[in-house]
Amino acid sequence: MEILKKLLQNKISCLSLIVICILVILAIFAPYLAPYDPFNINVNEILQPPSFKHPLGTDLLGRDVLSRMIYASRISLEVSLVAVGISISIGTFLGALAGYLGGIVDQIICRFIDIMLCFPTIFLILAVIAYLEPSILNIMIVIGVTSWMGVARLVRAEILSLKQRDFVQIAKIYGAGTLRIIFKHLIPNALPPILVSASLGLGQAILIESALSFLGIGVQPPTPSWGNMLIEGKETLEVAWWLSVFPGVAILITVLAFTLLGESLQEVLNPKKDK
Amino acid sequence: MISFLLKRFLSFLITLFGITIISFSIIHLAPGGPLSPLTEFNPKISPEYREKLVKMYGLDKPLYIQYWNWLKGVIKLDFGRSFSLDQRPVWDKIKERLPVTIFINVLSLILIFLIGVPIGIYSAVKAETLFDRAVTIITFIGYAMPSFWLAIILMMIFGVKLHLLPISGLHSTIGYEQMSTLQKIWDWTKHLICPLFVATFGGIAGISRYVRNSMIEVLKADFILFARAKGLPEKVVIYKHALRNALLPLITILGLSLPGLIGGSVIFETIFGIPGVGQLMWQAVMARDYPVIMANLFLISILTLLGNFLADIGYALADPRIRLGDKH
Repeated sequence: MEILKKLLQNKISCLSLIVICILVILAIFAPYLAPYDPFNINVNEILQPPSFKHPLGTDLLGRDVLSRMIYASRISLEVSLVAVGISISIGTFLGALAGYLGGIVDQIICRFIDIMLCFPTIFLILAVIAYLEPSILNIMIVIGVTSWMGVARLVRAEILSLKQRDFVQIAKIYGAGTLRIIFKHLIPNALPPILVSASLGLGQAILIESALSFLGIGVQPPTPSWGNMLIEGKETLEVAWWLSVFPGVAILITVLAFTLLGESLQEVLNPKKDK
Repeated sequence: MISFLLKRFLSFLITLFGITIISFSIIHLAPGGPLSPLTEFNPKISPEYREKLVKMYGLDKPLYIQYWNWLKGVIKLDFGRSFSLDQRPVWDKIKERLPVTIFINVLSLILIFLIGVPIGIYSAVKAETLFDRAVTIITFIGYAMPSFWLAIILMMIFGVKLHLLPISGLHSTIGYEQMSTLQKIWDWTKHLICPLFVATFGGIAGISRYVRNSMIEVLKADFILFARAKGLPEKVVIYKHALRNALLPLITILGLSLPGLIGGSVIFETIFGIPGVGQLMWQAVMARDYPVIMANLFLISILTLLGNFLADIGYALADPRIRLGDKH
């Protein structure tokens, strides 16, 4: 609660929180808030520029762009939440294991991280998706499984300093097992950096999802996603600017909100760094 | 120094081994084995023919033998033949595209440093001024900007609205042969402006932010206070004492930023129609051309690893603590 209070006092993080809240509300209540059916094809209203009737215009099939964008926020938030959930879980667990156990386990996990970091994420995701179907579930999993390395490094560093502390030593003397110490004592105390990287990770996951959808291997039409809406935007560049501008702005603002929130969280949770 | 290099080389080899293992495992991700894409969608292939294919590719052998055979091929740059209609050897297809991608990425890296570092230094020296704030805002936008959208917007502004720049390909298709060398260079430059802008925007933002923060950190150090107390001019303090220390970690950052930069090739090469490895990767994924996909993934990660290794050596050469073998 205190954290929230501090976040609300800062103009930037307050604004980011408002943007994120609006997005979440739009995503949850999409069917009630969208002015039109996002799948409704209307041949009489193809490529209408923004107007009172269609605030953000219509696309090649006469569908309302605003309604499609509202539904797309669902997909983006869903994909990024699950993907980040996966990457945070893997990263935290492996990082904590490496940091706490040290020795050979630490070396193997660190080496594994180094190896994974050699694969440019987009190439790795493309290769894996080529073998699987580009379903939404697969995209969530693949993004999650290929983006945990940063979290693991961070958690490992945090645990390395935590494990020297008295409360961990005492728990050890009382005979607590390795997993108990990791999950009960170490990870709860390492939460601040995990929260920060979750917020930053949400932004990155949205960027990757939209890039994949734009490349035609992410969310498949007719399901709207900001990325796949831009495919049409690129094709109608010369006649319909609104199709290529609005979905991109939505991505930019969303990623910016999560990134700035992450940065503010870092400042609030780790005030040492400022001094 | 030598022991440092040996250690680095050893870890280079271990990582290389890991990359081959992971690449090899992805081939076996396909449900039904690596042959399923070839056979599943083709009802004409009889079970007997499938058997023959399995024998031919050695898929009936234990995994470690398959791995060994695959590795032997890879060392000779034999990645098999493409599944596409031309059925050309995969390496030939990649070979002709690799120079373009490497050229653009090296150029981007140089531009990122030439532009990002001065901006970072300047905003550190002028911290909390209007310039610094503006740079900070642009930095965050650069971090959050979807590069494919940036590409679309550039195409819209410079290509469609202003008709200033071409929006596709590496050079003109009509009349290119008749151009003089100078005209050719100008033609390339015009074609490369938009792709390079997309490729470097995020990187410049990241590097300038990094240099700014590390400069501000260094400027608080005791030896800077000492240099100022000695009465050295501010310029010498900043550009000689502080800058050197702030820039050193940049070599490592350079290595770490390689995967992101190379990964970006997929996006800008696809959008701007540049015939590089990134575009090939995308085309291969769309066509399920597995041998090309795997060779691409493998070679790109090896390139990244090499880049990282070179950055490590560069760091060792630049940092006297390692160069002179001092134990720190």
